[in-house]
Amino acid sequence: MFTIVDRQELTKRDMISLTVEAPAIARRIRPGQFVILRVNETGERLPLTVAYSDAVAGTITIIFQVVGKSTALLASLPIGDAIRDLAGPLGAVMEFENVGTVVGIGGGSGIAVLHHLLIGYREAGNRLIGVIGAREKDLLILENEMNRLCDRVIVTTDDGSYGMHGLVTDALKDLEEQGERLDLAVAVGPLVMMRAVCQMTRLYDLPTIVSLNPIMIDGTGMCGGCRCTVGGERKFACVDGPHFDGHKVDFDELMRRNATYSRDERLSLLSSVRRG
Amino acid sequence: MTQNGQHDGAFVTGAGLAAYCPNCRKALTMLDPSRQEVVVHLRVRCGEESGDLFLAPSAEGGRRTSTLDICEHDTVDAVFCPHCGASLVDGQRRCAACGGPMARVLVAGVKQPRLSSFCVTAGNVNALTEKPPEAETQRPARESRHRMPEQDAVLRARNFSEVTYGFDRELAMAEAARCLACKKPKCIEGCPVNVDIPAFVAQVKAGDFLGAAHTIKQRNALPAICGRVCPQDQQCEEACVLGKKEGPVAIGALERFVADFERGTDAVTLPERAARTGHRIAVVGSGPAGLTLAADLVLLGHAVTVFEALHKLGGVLAYGIPEFRLPKDVVEAEIAYLRRLGVKFEVDAVVGRLFDLGDLFTEGYDAVYLATGAGLPIFLGIPGENLCNVVSANEYLTRVNLMKAYLFPDYDTPAPKGTRVAVLGGGNVAMDCARTALRMGSREVTVVYRRTRDEMPARTEEIVHAEQEGVRFRYLTSPVRYIGDEQGWVRQLECVPMKLGQPDASGRPRPIPVSGASYLLDADLVLVAIGAGPNPTLFAGCEGLERSERGYIRTFSDAGRTSLPRVWAGGDIVTGSATVILAMGAARLAAADIHAYLSDGATDWPVPAATAVA
Repeated sequence: MFTIVDRQELTKRDMISLTVEAPAIARRIRPGQFVILRVNETGERLPLTVAYSDAVAGTITIIFQVVGKSTALLASLPIGDAIRDLAGPLGAVMEFENVGTVVGIGGGSGIAVLHHLLIGYREAGNRLIGVIGAREKDLLILENEMNRLCDRVIVTTDDGSYGMHGLVTDALKDLEEQGERLDLAVAVGPLVMMRAVCQMTRLYDLPTIVSLNPIMIDGTGMCGGCRCTVGGERKFACVDGPHFDGHKVDFDELMRRNATYSRDERLSLLSSVRRG
Repeated sequence: MTQNGQHDGAFVTGAGLAAYCPNCRKALTMLDPSRQEVVVHLRVRCGEESGDLFLAPSAEGGRRTSTLDICEHDTVDAVFCPHCGASLVDGQRRCAACGGPMARVLVAGVKQPRLSSFCVTAGNVNALTEKPPEAETQRPARESRHRMPEQDAVLRARNFSEVTYGFDRELAMAEAARCLACKKPKCIEGCPVNVDIPAFVAQVKAGDFLGAAHTIKQRNALPAICGRVCPQDQQCEEACVLGKKEGPVAIGALERFVADFERGTDAVTLPERAARTGHRIAVVGSGPAGLTLAADLVLLGHAVTVFEALHKLGGVLAYGIPEFRLPKDVVEAEIAYLRRLGVKFEVDAVVGRLFDLGDLFTEGYDAVYLATGAGLPIFLGIPGENLCNVVSANEYLTRVNLMKAYLFPDYDTPAPKGTRVAVLGGGNVAMDCARTALRMGSREVTVVYRRTRDEMPARTEEIVHAEQEGVRFRYLTSPVRYIGDEQGWVRQLECVPMKLGQPDASGRPRPIPVSGASYLLDADLVLVAIGAGPNPTLFAGCEGLERSERGYIRTFSDAGRTSLPRVWAGGDIVTGSATVILAMGAARLAAADIHAYLSDGATDWPVPAATAVA
């Protein structure tokens, strides 16, 4: 059992941050790696990325958006309660190199993962520019943390309620047009956002790393549910990734695969609501 | 037949009996949990209105409830299947008492399924009028092999309860009496862990079931599992001298009986444990090999900790082999037994990620046993493999078994569904997939295999069970392409017919494509069960661990010594996909070698140069 030591509601809506006692994982985890948790006996194995870890305190912090039954269940746990299973760290260990200037582009709950990855790039000595976006002001997370970590941060909202009015790709375009020298892009967020970013950076000839979130069960390379096509090859996101060269990822295929269980997910949510 | 002086109602329900729609074969009977009774669910039409009717049969006359406002003796006009909507009205007969329509349903239980009619109007469908036939417990002719009673194929193909019921005392003793007690028993040699089969069979014959359990456990810590999943027909039973005439002694069924008998009593005795040696052993993987090794070494006085990556112990026994073949409470009971022996377990511990080999030695373990299994699913590598609903056997079975998707949405994990399912492969895993898919409600399940039935690596019993349950087989067929729809879901398989050629390296005839004759097979769910490879996660942080060309761990002795000092390996991670009992056999040898090595206080790790190169 893994005890929850802190819980924050990051937005007025449904973005939750949980800090969980997991000393062994906290010691071992590297930026970009993820965990799989199971809230209770009947629960799913839910892959979640880690926003920060504290090896000294022996805790990891996960940030997630409530989108279905499992995340709602997780969000309902108070401080002091415990998560039944927590396995990790999972995913390949990334190499962080000093390339110069890294632009980190994050959308929605993907900003949490982006933040963790940028810590790795900061440790490698890179200059960081953060571009973070949300649908509206109330849904934006980790702005202060990003401000502390990055040399420059641009905030966008789809409805213009805060920061720049537009999408993260608009901000990226501005940066490019301003003649900002960019050496690497790191994009984490919804698949449509990552696809749009990659289409743009391909034009700019800017190498781009994305973090994928396919369906998976075990997270150790056993089920093959997370397979995706990268550069024409079959890759398992759980052991080969979850980070890949965004210019090689077949996003359309991944979007189709991620929708496989959308009907079941609705059914699961509905049945749990009915039972109260 | 008329009872209660009113209505025709030769309808049966009761223990083990159920009614099905003759058209779609789905169950009409269901359990009303609030009352703990079986009800029959029908759709009825009454004038302009239609609704559901629930009949609860009982000896006193029964009770009916309906979503329609039907009075006590109102006659309904028509009756339909609630699943497929087909009319269930028996065109030949009407109720002699009320003149109302009779419903014709398929009744299945321990006997062959048959059609039976009863009056729908009467609330009082009669109670169970027939007893289960004696046939299943009748003794066949004295000399021939006894078979375990089984759930009826039609019934079991829709539930997850165990297929075979197992012997009872009488049947077990009668079967044991068939053993000829050979002077030079071949069966022991046929067993990879060399259980003293004649001895335990003799004890069963004498009625000493607990003694028999003790005899088996001296060589095999997991008899309830092995009795169910070992390929006895290729091992001990194949070696039985009775095999040629009346059929071999049912050693597997006897082993299972003995283990189940012991578990059902409070008399599970723990073998004596040797004095503590102070040595600590880490076992990576809690599958058959890891559990066997742990049991052996803990009895020899060592402190053993088993690390498991998933949240549940048992490895393939937990995630792979389905409930209807190996009930999970049997696995849990065997693991609880190991806990009582003193084995420590850690779940959610992913080797190569949370810890690596170096960490284990740093933490003070004296020896490490790697038994992580063959967990990486293999795909065919043909076009369209990433379409939705093309799923690896591992994923499908893990969803259904480990995550209990058959109880969705009570359990949160769903499983992919299909009306027409194609299962690729011919091994035990393919049979498990096919039979699971039937139970998940698929209408048609076809196993697609590139050789013929004779070459299929699955246990004979599994093939027969699959055939009985209605799984179809397409032999000499090999898929070359998956075809999907616009939304990216698989719809068809393009296949080519094969013919058998000369034997290949495995000794089986090589399948050769017959050119120019491909055809299409409809399938909206494809389960790929063509084998598994070594899981790459293990090898992070295992520098210096030599591997074979196929990526498995290379061992340098029968006992499983690897190229790294104090590291042994066994099971599928050495051999590639094999069987539970072979993994257990390998673990036995490794346990003995680890014990000898640690007891000697040896420090060298001789790896013969000649074999190291080979």
